[in-house]
Amino acid sequence: MRRRLKLAEKRRAAVELALKQLGKIICEQIENREFPWIMLQSRSTDNIVYDPELRQYVLGDRVIRRHSRNIRHIRPFAQLIWTAWFARELLKLRKTSTLREVYYSARGLRDIEFKSQDESDEIITDLETALNMPRESFNIYPEERSAIFGDLTIEYTVPGYEGKRLNLTEHPDGMMIGPALSTAEIVETSADKVLVIEKGAMFTRLIEEKAYKRFNAILIHTAGQAPRATRTLIKRLNEEHGLPVYLFTDGDPWGMHIAMVIISGSANAAHLRGLATPDAKWIGVWATDIIRYKLPTENLTDKDVKRLKELKRDPRYQGELWQREIDTFLEIGQKAELEAFSRYGLTYIVDRYLPDKLEEAGA
Amino acid sequence: MEETTYKSISPSDFFYRNREIAGFSNPSRAMYSAIRELVENSLDACEIRGVPPDIYIRIREVSETGSGTSIYALRVEDNGTGVPPEHIPRCFGQVLYGSKYILKQSRGTFGLGGTITILYGQITTHKPVRVTSSTGGDIHEYEMMIDIVHNKPIILSHRVRANKAGWRGTAVELYLEGDYSRSMYRIYEYLKQTAMVNPYAEITFIDPRGRLYRFERVTEEMPPPPRAVKPHPQGADVETYRRLIAITGEKTMKGFMTRHFQGVGPATAEKFLQEAGIDPGKNPKSLSPDELVKLVRAAREFNGFQRPDPSCLSPIGEHLLEMGIRKELGLTDEDFLKVVQRRPSTYLGYPFIVEAAIAYGKTIERRLGRGIKIYRFANRIPLLFDESSGVVWKVVHKIINWGTYKVSPDSPMVVVVHVCSTKIPYKTVGKEYMADQPEVEREITNALRSIARHLRLYISRRIRLARERRRLSIFEKYLPKIAEFSAKLCDREKPPDIKPLLKAVSLEVSEAESPLREVPELEEEA
Repeated sequence: MRRRLKLAEKRRAAVELALKQLGKIICEQIENREFPWIMLQSRSTDNIVYDPELRQYVLGDRVIRRHSRNIRHIRPFAQLIWTAWFARELLKLRKTSTLREVYYSARGLRDIEFKSQDESDEIITDLETALNMPRESFNIYPEERSAIFGDLTIEYTVPGYEGKRLNLTEHPDGMMIGPALSTAEIVETSADKVLVIEKGAMFTRLIEEKAYKRFNAILIHTAGQAPRATRTLIKRLNEEHGLPVYLFTDGDPWGMHIAMVIISGSANAAHLRGLATPDAKWIGVWATDIIRYKLPTENLTDKDVKRLKELKRDPRYQGELWQREIDTFLEIGQKAELEAFSRYGLTYIVDRYLPDKLEEAGA
Repeated sequence: MEETTYKSISPSDFFYRNREIAGFSNPSRAMYSAIRELVENSLDACEIRGVPPDIYIRIREVSETGSGTSIYALRVEDNGTGVPPEHIPRCFGQVLYGSKYILKQSRGTFGLGGTITILYGQITTHKPVRVTSSTGGDIHEYEMMIDIVHNKPIILSHRVRANKAGWRGTAVELYLEGDYSRSMYRIYEYLKQTAMVNPYAEITFIDPRGRLYRFERVTEEMPPPPRAVKPHPQGADVETYRRLIAITGEKTMKGFMTRHFQGVGPATAEKFLQEAGIDPGKNPKSLSPDELVKLVRAAREFNGFQRPDPSCLSPIGEHLLEMGIRKELGLTDEDFLKVVQRRPSTYLGYPFIVEAAIAYGKTIERRLGRGIKIYRFANRIPLLFDESSGVVWKVVHKIINWGTYKVSPDSPMVVVVHVCSTKIPYKTVGKEYMADQPEVEREITNALRSIARHLRLYISRRIRLARERRRLSIFEKYLPKIAEFSAKLCDREKPPDIKPLLKAVSLEVSEAESPLREVPELEEEA
């Protein structure tokens, strides 16, 4: 337990040091009668490239200099320094903050105040890029929350809970993946796989049907696009604990892409590593499943078709499976939600569909 | 069948019947015209005497007429030459009698303005005019009326008083029907603009509501008085030629041309007369009417004469005009003001000089609002009516592309144009606006363009300065924050000193404030 705490403490200290270093560099630049500046990797779209080696999007070689000598840079520059200071205060006080709270914390601060949360989110992303660290490492989290359920024991590192352990089957609704869980250490698990589900209703059904026992799986609910903390957790379970990951989403381009972001990362987070789980597998709902299982469907909308055509050209989708499924979607012009399985009764999915699919996927 | 009767009418009678020509068409216009005519006579009288004018104007409301107008007593007093007592009755009681039938620039032209005012007062109130004047000796005071039918003064009383204080000047007091509330704005504008081009004049005005307006003298300096010159052969008409022939003692046409016209030497006279097909040796008095007309036409087309002599003109001068504009607009050193005087030029044989100025800046925005405001002057008289019909408006709004000079239609700007000439190219008998004579139009255009080039520099410097100031204020805002939070970020107690950085930025601002470069003189469009 001591070792684990020390580890968390060390990570925290490293982030604090990085922030402090940033402050020191700026102070020294000013003392040298230099307008302070910092180097950042450019996040403009033409500097976002797909790295087939890493199997995720990364930033290219272009760097930009954010210079306070530049009249258009000086305001975001001041905001960046304030945000760094705010992050350090969070770490010092062992508090967390949501993105929205950061925006509100600057309210009323003359000349720093953000015009909207978009602006403060952008500055936080700048800070991530500058420090090469995800915002979660300096205790800033998004609003969205996803959940986890399964035989997994964790040990908290957050103040007041240090050393406290919890088995994630304790609560039948699942446990929220918030800052405390994100920073917790993984102690042990008896599961041999991770099953990631897009929709809450399906997640609850699988808990009720004791699917976690049947498939010996840890269940994770993404609630739409998986938040970064959830993606980090999936990656840790996969890489640190050797658990294969299976992704189960709606059968439409949007569900496909939720799976893909877990596998290959998003362009928005190209400046960060350690979010993608390249070995995760998408097991459904496929377009070919719609035909095979005669699922109740809806017609593809124009927006769906447009999105499918975009995805077909996307470098992440060049694999055989993806191309085949995209073509099939376009061919049948139909899509199916996870809930569509209810047509065959409440247990069909646990009894028939999932065992089939997991087997096909080699689980 | 009714018998048609023919009879001549006197000049008084003519103006009585056609008073709108002289600006007396309605009670409010008449009020303004009355003041204008008397003030202009006063200014001329002071300039002839060579003293800075002191003009005192007072309007008193005497009674209401019941039809929305009132009877006012108007008094205008000056410190000019004064009128010799024997001339007073005819000067003020007879139309077309005066001292203005010589060729030099003066404000009025026919010497009828003062009298027409008196005439108007008389026909609307049936009250006599009182004229008090002294040329330095005794003070003569006349009370009189005009016999309209016979164009003759009727003297009601004549008193002579000793002049103990040594007063010199003229005071005219008359009654007239008018409408002050409707003419108030024009009268004020007229006086203000008059003060603008006569900065050496002190003008005091007490209005019927008892309010005192003072337009203060800012200098004793006066422009040199115009000299009387001989007519230019191209500018003279048939009547002028006829009159000169009547009085000449010359026995030959060559001698006649050389003696009575400016800029004509024996050689030029010879060449011209040959071209006109008239024998240079011919006696001018034997010229037939046809030959006379031929002579005048030939003169108009002849290219060999010298340019008309401008010494009969009396421009205000760049220095005085600048003082006047600065004073009346209340300009500060922050505002732009540039005045130019063009070289003398001519049109149809008449010499003229254009003076122009542009003022621009915050003061104008505050006092007059945004947009381009035009002040027009002809022989130092403000022109207040029909602005959009005149040549200045045409040049300002149709010819000059202000965008070239970074001026927009809502820029706070004043354009001043003064044309002085022995004959102002008025378009109508009302003398309210100048026609677009090509030569005059070109001179005005070139004058304004040459100023606008300076203005463009001023405006771009302003824009640059504003930009630099804004830049500085942004640095002043954010650098302290960067210093504060970067210090806190690395646990320092004191933020680093940002003064050297701010100093570097403000140096750039002061560079932007450096004085204007000289404007290179560009080729002017012909």
